[in-house]
Amino acid sequence: MNATLPPQVALELQRTLGVPARPLLTRGGWGMFALAAYVLLVLVPGLNLLLPAEHPFHLSDYWVTLAGKIMCYAIVALAMDLIWGYAGILSLGHGLFFALGGYMMGMYLMRSIGHDGVYHSDLPDFMVFLDWKAYPWYWSFTDKFWYAAMLIVLVPGVLAFVFGYFAFRSRIKGVYFSIITQALTYAFMLLFFRNDTGFGGNNGFTDFKRILGYPIAAPGTRMALFMATGVALLGALLLARLIVTSKLGRVLTAIRDAESRVMFCGYSPLHYKLFVWTLSAVLCGIAGALYVPQVGIINPSEMSPANSIEIAIWAAVGGRGTLVGPIVGAFVVNGAKSWFTQAFPEYWLFFLGLLFILVTLFLPQGVIGLVRRRRAASAGVRR
Amino acid sequence: MNSFIANFRRLVTVFAVLGAAASFAAHAHAIAPEVVHDLALGENDEKVKAIAAVVASGDAAALPLLQSLLAGEVQTAGETVLRVKDGAAVDLATGVKVDPLPESRDDVVLNNRVRRELATGIAALQLASTDRATRLAAAQALQRGADEDILPVIQRTLANEQDPEIKSLLTLTQATVQLASTDKPTRLGAIRALAESRDPNTKTLLLPLLEKKGTEFVEPDGEIRAEAELSLRAIESRLSTGEMIGRIFSGVSLGSILLLAALGLAITYGLMGVINMAHGELIMIGAYATYVVQNLFRAHLPGAFDFYLLAALPAAFAASALTGMVLERTVIRFLYGRPLETLLATWGISLILIQAVRTIFGAQNVQVENPAWMSGGVQLFSNLVLPYSRIVIIGFAAAVVVLIALLLTRTRLGLFVRGVTQNRPMADALGVPTGRVDTYAFGLGSGIAGLAGCALSQIGNVGPDLGQSYIVDSFMVVVLGGVGQLAGTVYAAMGLGIANKFLEAWSGAVLAKIALLVFIIVFIQKRPQGLFAIKGRMADV
Repeated sequence: MNATLPPQVALELQRTLGVPARPLLTRGGWGMFALAAYVLLVLVPGLNLLLPAEHPFHLSDYWVTLAGKIMCYAIVALAMDLIWGYAGILSLGHGLFFALGGYMMGMYLMRSIGHDGVYHSDLPDFMVFLDWKAYPWYWSFTDKFWYAAMLIVLVPGVLAFVFGYFAFRSRIKGVYFSIITQALTYAFMLLFFRNDTGFGGNNGFTDFKRILGYPIAAPGTRMALFMATGVALLGALLLARLIVTSKLGRVLTAIRDAESRVMFCGYSPLHYKLFVWTLSAVLCGIAGALYVPQVGIINPSEMSPANSIEIAIWAAVGGRGTLVGPIVGAFVVNGAKSWFTQAFPEYWLFFLGLLFILVTLFLPQGVIGLVRRRRAASAGVRR
Repeated sequence: MNSFIANFRRLVTVFAVLGAAASFAAHAHAIAPEVVHDLALGENDEKVKAIAAVVASGDAAALPLLQSLLAGEVQTAGETVLRVKDGAAVDLATGVKVDPLPESRDDVVLNNRVRRELATGIAALQLASTDRATRLAAAQALQRGADEDILPVIQRTLANEQDPEIKSLLTLTQATVQLASTDKPTRLGAIRALAESRDPNTKTLLLPLLEKKGTEFVEPDGEIRAEAELSLRAIESRLSTGEMIGRIFSGVSLGSILLLAALGLAITYGLMGVINMAHGELIMIGAYATYVVQNLFRAHLPGAFDFYLLAALPAAFAASALTGMVLERTVIRFLYGRPLETLLATWGISLILIQAVRTIFGAQNVQVENPAWMSGGVQLFSNLVLPYSRIVIIGFAAAVVVLIALLLTRTRLGLFVRGVTQNRPMADALGVPTGRVDTYAFGLGSGIAGLAGCALSQIGNVGPDLGQSYIVDSFMVVVLGGVGQLAGTVYAAMGLGIANKFLEAWSGAVLAKIALLVFIIVFIQKRPQGLFAIKGRMADV
């Protein structure tokens, strides 16, 4: 099974089979992309910061925070789609990578509180509470932003790489892989719930004061974070598009559809899967790191298995195997969630549960699939 | 030198008390008037002596006398000592009624020391009671305040006492007193006596003897330290047997719970390759069905309440099995061949079921009571009690496994289920109605989940989130045990349960769980098909 063709031959094969060059984005696509960038980087900041609060077009802080939060989710949904929609691997552990990124950012933010905590100590309040005298070793250097930024990428990345290497090497796939990732998340959640782990236990990290020296709740900082998230989302979208239009993306899709056949063609699925799996985890970590300063809290409940499964439904609602789909899905589901949990809190779970069932039963291609079918149907009628 | 004098004085007291006891035994009807006088009017030291004398007398009147003294019923009028109760007074020295009450009476003043002595004396006297509960309470009271004066009473009681619990309490008290003695042979004797103990508390008596303060031992005498060490080791080895058995028992108990929770899942997963994320909620439904049956019994058949479980078992089975079959018919059958989508859809179902139960029964946990015959337990060692509820559940899990095994190997449906599990297209081609078999098998698996819920309601909280806490564990059992293998599921459940309990003792509950999850993740690397994989060409598909 593991016998692979020499790389030269594989390359030759690929050339002969011929992958037609696909543009990164079509012209219309670039147009949409530019429009999105304009909205995120010019329109929203303008409406929020420049217009007075009583102006009818003023965008309140509530909406900005909500949209920023959902954009973080959208990055996660995109990452989920890369691995699930394109490689056919359903991860129930993406909440873990998201939370890990968040925790790494949280460590930096906790260090930036300085002496302004309740106990006015060098240490974060929860450590004072536990009567710790010094930072544990893994907290060293976290007061430097560049180091925290490195951790945000490395910690989820390395964890995903190691876990993925062993899992994919022994060809764990399908439901087994999903269950194992769920167990991994669950184990980490239990670990982070402990006070002794050094991440604030139950309460996690909160009460952040400043980021990079700027007060974290100030309108300017808020908007900067929003714009950073927007840039990250657009960047992630371009990166994902780059991957799925490349040969790598072709192989991934082939692995999804017929893994054995791909192996017989001389490819080793391990490397492809491992690459996209690790990349997906890193994207989640970045999303988590952007999420925490905007929401102001990170705690172990982010790692609960339920959260990770919810990520899958964002991608499924929007449409797997498309790149805009998961972003749309993240906005639709989370928008519905924030409306539902205010208007009818007791019906949210009913709605979410129904969404899971109905989408899997009737909308396997998601909203985007529905739109495409409509478009194809109307095109057919016209012809 | 000082200690010698103190010791001597104490000895004199003991002899005096014993002498007094001997002399009072002669006229057993009343306590000597001098003693009564001292008790009420003496100085504090005299009072304490008098109390000891009263206790040592073994007189029937001693206990009421001390009790009324402690209750403040004893008063004095001049040199007469009276017991005043409900406006009537009795002269305690003569036993004659005093009528009318003397005008000027004084309360007997008791300071804390005297009170303490009184309480201890009363407890010592109560040891002679015929009521077990009184004796037990007295022995417990003595444990806190015994001193050497009480030792003879304790020794006398120990010679006659039959109840093991009281006996061990008293032995412990005796040893505590003797350990504090200044006489070396007495202490050594006490330490040796403690070595025979089966009580984990004795360790706390011996441990201080071996403690160090700085570089110095707290106990200067090396011989005593050596003896204490020996006794401690003897106790520990005896206790460790109990602990070991206890740990294995709780491991088997946890294993049987995991087994019940995972058995149904193993059947549905083995048969259809469907991971049913709503399996935990089917367990929860079984628990709530038990709750409803319990309430019905309480309302309509309070006389038969102890037997409500007999009705709850089929009710729980039916409720979960029906729910499962409806789910299979309406959702899951449309998702065959798409396991990942099934996983998501069943997760959606689980959310709906949780919210439905929350809407109907409220978000709070509900109270499910054990029937009377399930409370209590078997005491094997002083540090090991096996609760009946756990024993019943272990037996129940075993019975369910046997029943399922019979069902799978001896019935037509079982044959079909095994056939479809091994090779669905072939079974279909041979005329097995695979669709119907799926529905029945799903119902069966769900019904077993319901039975698990009924069992779990007896030992844990019943709430809407009940299923969530078992879902990951039962998946782990199925993953470890392999697909569609009854034996694999049993071994995996028992192995995980016992391993969990042993790791727990060693590293704490959370780390134990994490270690097991990591172990399973690693294990899957080596044997992706579980412990007992079905061999054959179809197994990989």
